[in-house]
Amino acid sequence: MLSKKQIFTKGILAVAPHMFSVIPFGIVCGAIGIELGFSPVLVYAMSIIIFGGASQIVFLQLLSGGASALIAVTSVGVINSRHLLYGAVLSEYLEKLSFIKKLLISYLVVDQGFAESNKFFQKNKNETHLHYHLLGSGGTLWVCWQISTLAGIILGSFVPEELGLKFAVPLTFIAIVVQDIKKLYHVIVMITCGLSSLLFFDAPFKSYIIISPIIALFVAALVLRLKK
Amino acid sequence: MTWLTIIIAGIITYCMRMTMVALVDRDLLGERVKAVLAYVPSAVFPAIIFPGIFINDYGTFIEMNDPKIFGAIVAILVGYFSRNVIATIISGLFSYWIIIFLL
Repeated sequence: MLSKKQIFTKGILAVAPHMFSVIPFGIVCGAIGIELGFSPVLVYAMSIIIFGGASQIVFLQLLSGGASALIAVTSVGVINSRHLLYGAVLSEYLEKLSFIKKLLISYLVVDQGFAESNKFFQKNKNETHLHYHLLGSGGTLWVCWQISTLAGIILGSFVPEELGLKFAVPLTFIAIVVQDIKKLYHVIVMITCGLSSLLFFDAPFKSYIIISPIIALFVAALVLRLKK
Repeated sequence: MTWLTIIIAGIITYCMRMTMVALVDRDLLGERVKAVLAYVPSAVFPAIIFPGIFINDYGTFIEMNDPKIFGAIVAILVGYFSRNVIATIISGLFSYWIIIFLL
């Protein structure tokens, strides 16, 4: 049985490599906010209040492009609705926590933290202090996100756009799913999701980001049924 | 006004994060649903990966000889064999930079 501290440390170490993409993306995110003409305080406050990379950029781009507040808020909601899926997966491992702890830990769940902690949970179902892994991974991502968006706000246009640092985002998610490409069913689900996302890319409110996972999960359900 | 919009967006995002963890009873989900949920990472992340590679900043498809495709292939190969997240990200970025800056 691992101690709380050991599991917490494992959580930190599990997401640490993703900083190679989170930090550049955070810097880009802060810099874009300033470039679009928003006040530094406002751009930074989003990192605390919303705490969701892609949705923060989309939000500011929409507002600066003259979209209504309703459209901006709806888009953020749609983009972040994938967290309902993450929550459904994590709930199995967090069900023993008190209601208050569940409310608090939910704030820290982001993509990479979910992915890495979920991998740990699947392999260590019998540990008692599982949620410390999520605290470690989510806490690390939170701190780095705050520092890097702040750095982007300060450095602003010093970050050369030619570097294409946003490309680090797909790469970090490739690193997360790449080991599953040896499993046929996972590959079918991934390709379904990927192609759907390209097909529905122009759907309103960036809804491709939730439409394609839903289609892919239907395919997963179908595949599981055929398997039996 | 912008502040109010941000706060509402933040509350909605938080509710998405919290609902399934704190408000929904796990027992409501049947075995079949749980089996499907095991596919969530594979069903969600390609929706971030594919557009990040194949669609450019202006929302249009890239050419098939775009350096991002090369970078992604390198990252997949390096990631698969090294099982290392840092190596995956760095190899993808560097192979992308080599093409756009050196070739």
